[in-house]
Amino acid sequence: MESANAERQAWMGLLAKAPPGRAAGLLDAAMARPAFAWLRAPETGSVMVRGRAGATGAPFNLGEMTVTRCSLRLGCGTVGHACLQGRSKPDAEAAALIDALMQTGAAAALRTAVLDPLAGERDAARRSRASKAAATKVDFFTMVRGDD
Amino acid sequence: MYVAVKGGERAIGNAHAWLEEERRGDVGVAELSVAQIRGQLALSVNRVMAEGALHDPDLAALAIKQARGDLVEAVFLIRAYRTTLPRFGAAQPVETAEMACDRRISATFKDLPGGQVLGPTFDYTHRLLEFRLAAEGGTPEAAPENPAAPEPVPHVAAFLGRDGLIEPAGDGEAVPPDLTREPLELPACRALRLQALARADEGFLLSLAYSTQRGYARNHAFVGELRIGKVAVEMDIPELGFPVEIGEVTLTECETVNQFKGSKTEPPQFTRGYGLAFGQTERKAIAMALVDRALRWRELGEEFTGAPAQDAEFVLSHADNVQATGFLEHIKLPHYVDFQSELELVRKLRAEAEASA
Repeated sequence: MESANAERQAWMGLLAKAPPGRAAGLLDAAMARPAFAWLRAPETGSVMVRGRAGATGAPFNLGEMTVTRCSLRLGCGTVGHACLQGRSKPDAEAAALIDALMQTGAAAALRTAVLDPLAGERDAARRSRASKAAATKVDFFTMVRGDD
Repeated sequence: MYVAVKGGERAIGNAHAWLEEERRGDVGVAELSVAQIRGQLALSVNRVMAEGALHDPDLAALAIKQARGDLVEAVFLIRAYRTTLPRFGAAQPVETAEMACDRRISATFKDLPGGQVLGPTFDYTHRLLEFRLAAEGGTPEAAPENPAAPEPVPHVAAFLGRDGLIEPAGDGEAVPPDLTREPLELPACRALRLQALARADEGFLLSLAYSTQRGYARNHAFVGELRIGKVAVEMDIPELGFPVEIGEVTLTECETVNQFKGSKTEPPQFTRGYGLAFGQTERKAIAMALVDRALRWRELGEEFTGAPAQDAEFVLSHADNVQATGFLEHIKLPHYVDFQSELELVRKLRAEAEASA
């Protein structure tokens, strides 16, 4: 159960951070969308982001971020949730569908067609940014003094 | 007070129509898109998100476009929009130690784990106008990359903390008070002060922070660390029973290290000021850290010197530019009745003065 939760945590996090429209595009390229019923139609609201005093101390409210969430049920009864940054209802719908489908027999196919490409693109974007940052790292050198 | 005045509808309608036209400017010049503002005026967008206290770059860019570049007006628009959103909950506190840093510098330690990473900074530029930017169509070369294995970037304060040379950051998991739910009450705890400072006007904080450097509240600050980068935002989802990442935000974090001579209960050690803000907003984050430290005089057993930056009531009551501009600008609205009574009073006093002369 723990590992199933961890897997689901991983794909939900991946879907939440995907660029706009990307998860939906990959889903539609992989398969026809199955029928579903809304448990909670997509709605946009806010979530309070918190920091900690001194980075590690007591929490404080930093400010909110926009978030869109929804829940749906597939014909087979499997429930999918989405809760992601921003105001895109189509992205929330695609993420909830993928979340539901990942708990069905379609999981393996979706992992290959949707999650793996998303993870690859995320990692590449991170690497590229980290590499640019690394290129601005200061190499200190000490001038050798002439006297001894 | 101001009273309702009827009769301005047509003038107001026409004024707003003209505003539309002026906003668009010369139609022979291409219209700015929200995507352009988001991408190319990113630091304006960051400021509007930080002071609007709502992270949504597209909305902030839209607000800047609508406000014709007036950032305080844009912040106002974002704050107004925010009130229409249902609150889904609160995220877990972000782990800035896990930040994917674009920039990370320390003014206190030259060699430190993770290194000094400059990032996309204005520092060390010559501040000479670059006229090539006035010529359109240039795409800059891709920035150099150094594909290095990522290494951990621990917080600088943690090094000092190991030897007990700096005060602990404190702990506690109490649900912090929320200015957007309850009006400001004084005295304000540090969590409430930090929220107020995080959404405070950058110019106001900058001036206050500068005043502390010039000696109004003595706390000589070093930038122990400044870091900018992305952190994941994680929230508990009740339906699931476990937390998931719901997105990521770019933050700027500044921690100052300040001298402290010790008090009756505390040994001499360094103390800390803390700044955190949405986006790449380092002037704001540094200023916030300095003002946070100045406001901590009471809990550190320091003397109140009467400096503005130490006065929580003064700082927190005047730091919000939406409140400030609302009250400031309302005096341009009709005050005909108020003024009429003042006018009558002055006439009466003059008449009395003339009669007795």
